[in-house]
Amino acid sequence: MSEKTSKTTRGAAKLALAAVFMFSFGYLLVPLYDVFCDLTGLRFTDEEAVALTPQELQEDSSRLVTIQFDVSMNQGMSWQVKPEMREMKVHPGRVYTTFYSARNKTVDEMVGQAVPSVAPIAANKYLVKTECFCFDNQTIAAGETVNMPLSFMLNPRLPPNVNLVTLSYTFFDITKNVSTANQLDSALAYK
Amino acid sequence: MSTVAAGDHHDHPESPYSIKRWLFTTNHKDIGTLYLWFAFIMFLIGGVMALVIRTELFQPGLQFVDPQFFNSMTTMHAIMMIFGVVMPAFTGLANWLIPMMIGAPDMALPRMNNWSFWILPFAFAMMLSTLFMDGGGPAGGWTLYPPLTLQTGDALPFVILSMHFMGLSSIMGAINVVATVLNMRAPGMTLMKMPLFVWTWLITAYLLIAVMPVLAGGITMLLTDKYFGTSFFNAAGGGDPVMFQHIFWFFGHPEVYILILPSFGVVSSIIPTFARKPLFGYASMVYATGAIAFLSFIVWAHHMFTVGMPLAGELFFMFATMLIAVPTGVKIFNWIATMWRGAMTFETPMLFALGFIVMFSIGGFSGLMLALAPVDFQYHDTYFVVAHFHYVLVPGSIFAIIAAVYYWLPKWCGNMYSEGLGKTHFWLSTIFVNLTFFPMHFVGLAGMPRRIPDYALQFSDYNMMATIGAFGFGLSQLLFLVLVIKAIRSGNKATSQVWEDAEGLEWTLPSPAPYHSFSTPPAIK
Repeated sequence: MSEKTSKTTRGAAKLALAAVFMFSFGYLLVPLYDVFCDLTGLRFTDEEAVALTPQELQEDSSRLVTIQFDVSMNQGMSWQVKPEMREMKVHPGRVYTTFYSARNKTVDEMVGQAVPSVAPIAANKYLVKTECFCFDNQTIAAGETVNMPLSFMLNPRLPPNVNLVTLSYTFFDITKNVSTANQLDSALAYK
Repeated sequence: MSTVAAGDHHDHPESPYSIKRWLFTTNHKDIGTLYLWFAFIMFLIGGVMALVIRTELFQPGLQFVDPQFFNSMTTMHAIMMIFGVVMPAFTGLANWLIPMMIGAPDMALPRMNNWSFWILPFAFAMMLSTLFMDGGGPAGGWTLYPPLTLQTGDALPFVILSMHFMGLSSIMGAINVVATVLNMRAPGMTLMKMPLFVWTWLITAYLLIAVMPVLAGGITMLLTDKYFGTSFFNAAGGGDPVMFQHIFWFFGHPEVYILILPSFGVVSSIIPTFARKPLFGYASMVYATGAIAFLSFIVWAHHMFTVGMPLAGELFFMFATMLIAVPTGVKIFNWIATMWRGAMTFETPMLFALGFIVMFSIGGFSGLMLALAPVDFQYHDTYFVVAHFHYVLVPGSIFAIIAAVYYWLPKWCGNMYSEGLGKTHFWLSTIFVNLTFFPMHFVGLAGMPRRIPDYALQFSDYNMMATIGAFGFGLSQLLFLVLVIKAIRSGNKATSQVWEDAEGLEWTLPSPAPYHSFSTPPAIK
């Protein structure tokens, strides 16, 4: 092999390696976007709670904020879910508990996952959920109805111009995903 | 295998008419020819798909095809035209021209060259076969956004696999171009002496190597989301569908420069020849190309202004996008300065190159309008966007490819094409392309959404004009086919320089260019 050919081959191999690297970089982009948003603060929907100081845990009884509860089903999801209350008037700094009731009308056991969203966006990081059915998968047997608790508090630092907060959940049917994952788990355990 | 000893060259391929010649060829000219014919066939197939779309949109209401098929036509038309026409055509030009332009005997990796072409017919046969599968072809748009794309029927894994093949082919092609340009230049051919076509292709090749694998990663995530229970883009599993858009456009925006940079190189070769002046601002052209390539990596989210982004993000992507107008403007003004006080003549390649400059600029300006985040909320997903990207791709990339074919065809086949037919082809194409796409600006601004088979009555007249234009443009391309075949078979013999003032190593070779050229490196002044 002449010197020129081997130089060419080495160069081509490096470029092929670069292509392989960029393939992994595509996957790396998934966590990188999160890191980037954390570093720059460019985050549109911030799920993280703002750290609370003890003073802020004081109930602000001078202020009343209306919080509305909403729910919708993703395409193909057939549960009937209702909030116990459509809206509540709450004092920031105090923990409240409410319920959503969910009924699985089908004849099969189903697993659902609720994904929350808060409007207006400015209120997002000031709505602190201490307990939520959205933290876990919800499994409901055929025809069964369950009451799912939600405990939350509004951070007293909630911007003063926000007087109405809407908490909306979308339910997804993840029965198939969960059973695929379980099958994978048991297949691995069997090995 | 041939038993030719080193240094003993045939001027013709062995058994020139057998299928084996084309299957096993490692000759850069043969492979260039294969790429160009493949691109032309895909151009006809993708063009027929466009005509299905335009036929349905000739009048309001649903007439000819059902909406699902309409959607799969818009999706397939885009995939065919981007991955099947513009990219292979540029690779074909690169194969034919780069070795001749830098004084190399062939591409650096001829065996891989053969492979990267022959993957394509299989990839596109697989892609086209999805139209006949249960649930139809992909219909969620070529951008493949989840969750819509995940509702594709049996076709999805085939679509993704064939896109992997297309990506693999173009990555191999790109590696070959870089290896050739960096290692095979004739002595004395320094980087800053290379023709701009070689420069633009070198930069394009780096873009391809950087972003095609990212697309491959993104569509693999789609595949595992659908079939293996992962949740990259599935909100129920903690994923985020918008993440796909970020990954896709990280590929997608450099991709649009992959589709245009080689045309800048083509136009930079043609304008000086017919203006009879050297290219104005060669070095600034090279740096402008590099600047465009760099900027293309930091503007991707301008495709996503309306999905929800913090204000700081919208501002950043808006200003970064508008910055691209600066190096692009440098190029446009350099071309104009090249023509300034030149002794211009208007042969067909020059006409297409001039058409490119004018109409690409129109597309560039509508691009600047789309770059403005506040007004993009009105333009997003309307026909205004369709008008914009068709102006940069059809009278942009496609015109540049056609100009290149006219310019170098006499060198490839040894005969002059018919100038009368060529000029007719240019004027028909230019009139019809504007009749097709200019009215789309108006219906888009008035609110007609893209990718919908029906529309409100007030858009009827403009849509009827666009459909007439589309059929006219499509039929004019058959004239091009006739012209090329005629030039291959007969015509006035071309001289080796072909054009009075053409400069560059390829014009020192006889016409047609011999099967093996520059076996010994030429002397560079």
